Amino acid sequence: MNVTVIVTLKPTVLDPQGSTIHRNLEALGFFGVDGVRQGKHFEIQISDDLDRSERQALVERLAADVLTNPVIEEYRIVWE
Amino acid sequence: MKFGVVVFPGSNCDHDCYYAIESVIGKPVEFIWHQDTDLAGFDAIILPGGFSYGDYLRTGAIARFSPVMGSVREFALKGGLVIGICNGFQILMEAGLLPGALLPNIGMKYVCRFLHIRTETVTTAYTNALEKGQLVHIPIGHGEGNFFTDEETLKRIEDEDQVAFRYVNAEGEPTEAANPNGSLHNIAGIVNENGNVLGMMPHPDRSSEGILGSEDGKLIFDSMVHALTVV
Repeated sequence: MNVTVIVTLKPTVLDPQGSTIHRNLEALGFFGVDGVRQGKHFEIQISDDLDRSERQALVERLAADVLTNPVIEEYRIVWE
Repeated sequence: MKFGVVVFPGSNCDHDCYYAIESVIGKPVEFIWHQDTDLAGFDAIILPGGFSYGDYLRTGAIARFSPVMGSVREFALKGGLVIGICNGFQILMEAGLLPGALLPNIGMKYVCRFLHIRTETVTTAYTNALEKGQLVHIPIGHGEGNFFTDEETLKRIEDEDQVAFRYVNAEGEPTEAANPNGSLHNIAGIVNENGNVLGMMPHPDRSSEGILGSEDGKLIFDSMVHALTVV
């Protein structure tokens, strides 16, 4: 079973990577971009041996405790 | 009095810290492997700079799950002295032992140079050998040292005198130009509420004797020795 976890900076947190990309876009000839925020995308394979609630609990814990720093980031879980 | 320097896979300032304590400060020091959990006999723990576990995922994010960190947490909660330098600071934040987070530097540049920091509080175990407002000439070398926290926490650490050091210019002013990485309020180092855990991006280990360009960093280790002696 595949699941995707998307980690993004909280809207209140400055994103040096996103703003650097944004700043350089015009130099590359991309006009009309108002902003860029960069995040992380994890594709995770979960064992089929786990039942639905076990899978959900596992991914929730993984996303909250490891993949995200709650001081600056938030996450979204997308099941296939 | 015994210091311990934790060695993670990817630490690269562990020997600098060991050398500073053993040869410059002249106190007993031992390396602590990241898989060890026994901190008995240690009076102060140093988390050195480097790229622990390759800094994959986030700086310090994997290191904080290593076996030694459970013991470091207990040690810190019991009031033991724990100093995190550079990557060590990042690890302490990921472990929740210090408030806030360290973002990539503004402008995404790795910054490696000497600068000045100003001593903001002298009541901690890390700054008692310094005077309030004293400038410390010290190097930084990091790509992710941009101190960030929410406004409420920022106000709290300012109000509670938890800011240990601020980036300043040679005149001692915390200007925007003196801020090498975009840190909020030019913050270079903070202590926890009890004052026994310090995290800082600049390297006292790389500025503890004249031949390195500055011996100001030694004052931070001297403060620790003083604090441990008085206790």
